[in-house]
Amino acid sequence: MADHGSSPGNAVERRDIPVDAPGTAVVTTDAIENPGFPPYRPRVSDVDPKKERANERRVAWFFWASIVGSVFAIVAYFAFPIVAEDPGSVRLNNAFLGLGIALALFGIGFGAVHWSRTIMEGHDLVEDRNAGHPPEEKYAKRAGAGEVFTLGNKESGFTRRKLIRNSLIGALVVSPLPAVVLFRGLAPDEDPVPLLKHTMWREGMRLARDPDGTPIRASDVTIGSVFQVIPEALNDLEHDKLEQKAKAAVLLMRLKPEDLKVSPGREDWNYDGIVAYSKICTHVGCPVALYEQQTHHLLCPCHQSEFDIKEEAKVIFGPAARPLPQLPITIDDEGYLIARSDFTEPVGPSFWERSL
Amino acid sequence: MSVETTNRPGTEPAVAEVGRGMRFTNWAAGYVDERFKLSGWIRDYGRKIFPDHWSFMLGEVALYSLIVVLLSGTFLTFFFQASMVHVTYEGSYVPLKDIGMSAAMASTLDISFDVRGGLLVRQIHHWAALLFVASIGLHMLRVFFTGAFRKPRELNWLLGFTLFVLAMAEGFTGYSLPDDLLSGNGLRIIDGMVKGIPIVGTWISYLLFGGEFPGTTVVGVFYSLHILLLPAILVAIVGIHVIMVFVNKHTQYAGPGRTNDNVVGVPVMPVFAAKAGGFFFIVFGVIVLVAANVTINPIWNYGPYDPSPVSAGTQPDWYIGFADGMLRLIPPGWEIVLFGYTLSLNILVPTLILVTFLALVALYPFFEAWVTGDKRHHNIADRPRNAPMRTAIGAAGVTFYAVMWAAASSDLMATHFKLSIEGVIHALQFLLIFGPIIAFFVARRICIALQKKDREIALHGFESGRIVRMPGGEYVEVHQPLSDYERWRLVSYEDYKPLMVRPDKHGRISPIQRFRAGISRLFFEDRIAPVTKTELEQSTHH
Repeated sequence: MADHGSSPGNAVERRDIPVDAPGTAVVTTDAIENPGFPPYRPRVSDVDPKKERANERRVAWFFWASIVGSVFAIVAYFAFPIVAEDPGSVRLNNAFLGLGIALALFGIGFGAVHWSRTIMEGHDLVEDRNAGHPPEEKYAKRAGAGEVFTLGNKESGFTRRKLIRNSLIGALVVSPLPAVVLFRGLAPDEDPVPLLKHTMWREGMRLARDPDGTPIRASDVTIGSVFQVIPEALNDLEHDKLEQKAKAAVLLMRLKPEDLKVSPGREDWNYDGIVAYSKICTHVGCPVALYEQQTHHLLCPCHQSEFDIKEEAKVIFGPAARPLPQLPITIDDEGYLIARSDFTEPVGPSFWERSL
Repeated sequence: MSVETTNRPGTEPAVAEVGRGMRFTNWAAGYVDERFKLSGWIRDYGRKIFPDHWSFMLGEVALYSLIVVLLSGTFLTFFFQASMVHVTYEGSYVPLKDIGMSAAMASTLDISFDVRGGLLVRQIHHWAALLFVASIGLHMLRVFFTGAFRKPRELNWLLGFTLFVLAMAEGFTGYSLPDDLLSGNGLRIIDGMVKGIPIVGTWISYLLFGGEFPGTTVVGVFYSLHILLLPAILVAIVGIHVIMVFVNKHTQYAGPGRTNDNVVGVPVMPVFAAKAGGFFFIVFGVIVLVAANVTINPIWNYGPYDPSPVSAGTQPDWYIGFADGMLRLIPPGWEIVLFGYTLSLNILVPTLILVTFLALVALYPFFEAWVTGDKRHHNIADRPRNAPMRTAIGAAGVTFYAVMWAAASSDLMATHFKLSIEGVIHALQFLLIFGPIIAFFVARRICIALQKKDREIALHGFESGRIVRMPGGEYVEVHQPLSDYERWRLVSYEDYKPLMVRPDKHGRISPIQRFRAGISRLFFEDRIAPVTKTELEQSTHH
């Protein structure tokens, strides 16, 4: 390939065609030579006209089967309607419609492939990769393209007139920015950070069962039991119910008071061994739904973070970094559990401004 | 390089017979050609040759399942309502009757229970999407392990890689649209991860959800991404990807008669068109058959999204598993507060590991080209054993991915095999680091051993199992010699030597050169050279 297009003494045609470097590849002259193509092994249908006709019929059968499948699917659409409140009818509709369509598709598919494999010309053909594109032409084309750029540059002064060029590049870079800014409209104008730091829990708000919203008496909470809790006022919300629930969901558990390790300042956050912790995992926000009664561990089903309720929901395993925030609770004069305040720290996954 | 092809017909043009039936075709072809000038194109490419091998089918499966995804998805848009407006479900599915949910969830239930064939198309869409991602993954592995990414196809590897990422993005946005309990939990995890991004995380989450999570806009935003923006980019890149295969012509495996400068196979018209076209229908048929019989994503069992309930065994669709698994493998307590700002290392580190892993996958072709310094075109795909270092790197990568992927099911492994969750995670953490190293050395050794075996067979033939006693009492096993055709497959591969560092023209050896030489030594120090003519002659003469 190295001597393409060069003939000594002919300066006009002479052009150096670069040869692609082999790098550290071993280029040997002692390599075994390619033996060329093995002889063609004819198929049965090449030598036996009977077999060929049989294959022809088989292909046609596949295509006929496809038509049958399509018709079957249309018939099934009407023959197996969906009857309201009958899940079985959905299953029949799904299965028969699907079988019909699958048959229609398989018929065409297998027919075409069978045709190509057994009847169509079976010989492999050879094509030269560079046919019609000799290396000379490639480099001539490239030189031509280079010339176009050179001319374009010369006539416009793109590289010479730096002032124009650089200001154009600047303008092009800045011009998409308004489009980016427009996406600001996706969110409300409010600052998200204060929203993330507060939930709807307030002093005196009753703890209620999820989802029906009935308040919970301290006496309902037996040792070892666990309650899925929402603020009593949650179900009265008109529009941001899920947003509030995503922050305010709480798990309520009762342990023996002597089992609880209480740190200074949290002495009055539990009521007689009843403790409330945020249900939203401090890792990426899944609901920490699994409570193990024996060990008093909470397990997040998404990424298996484990929190020890005896030790103020300390992380004992898994990727979470912080304990679940505790909701300070007490009871009102009717014996219902109420919050003493909102959470004292943001709930849920960490964010950049969390500790500010 | 000319090759003897006398015992095969060449590409002589087939002359179509003009019968009466052809008259209309000729007229129509002429009519179109007068206006669109297509005949030159058909003349040049209509008999283009495509090599045949089962492993080339994987990319085809990806392309065909994409077509099925597009067809079924278009049907679904006629019935789906991408809205989070609160409605009360009034459809046929009794257990959810009178329950409040978003319009998206309600319309998905309607597609499943009130539109005839709707469930079928929904399941076709989901199964085809899974097949799309799976076949892209397998196709990438095929291209990687056979070195089909080498010049001139490195950029097409990058395009294919982009398609893989886009396919996952399409999958995730689609998974989120029904607004059921599982998809909402998936979004919740994304929200938590986005919030972990330093500086801008809180705001990105706020914009994505149009306020606080879960908000009322994310389904609409994801719908735009899922049916408009991402598919537009995806289809455009698929177009370029396939055109590049056309332009560079497909690679082929080494075989008698095949060279780096030819393509051996079947012509587009008619054999490849029939085979590939037929195969599209078969892929479509398989997807429909599965969709007709196997339920997928039964959102009616999960119910509408609610931030509070969740079930054990919560998992994303399998192709997101590696990311979810990586999150699980981080030990407790990785979070720091710097100058009052919170850095969630338990999110950032796994994200960084994932991004680095994907970047390594994307950039590997350029790395290998830099190590070998080989600037030639490579149109013959390698057998994996003949590139032991690449195969070993690939095996390490696959193992790394597999461990992350397995971690996404850590809880299910624990419950199914009666292990502790902690034990499973600790084992996977160990495997994440040491698994790839073990896989690397094992794969490399196996490759080199296979090469040695090939070399032995190429020189001395197959072991026939026939033992012969020589007159002197010695026993020998008779070896069955190979034909030239069989031998060619074993001896025709690229062989590289380690790079020798040489001083440049200033008499210096740059640190980069030294580094490259070190890597090159790692790559090619242990190498099995292909059998040469001289060796073969010597072995047949003794």
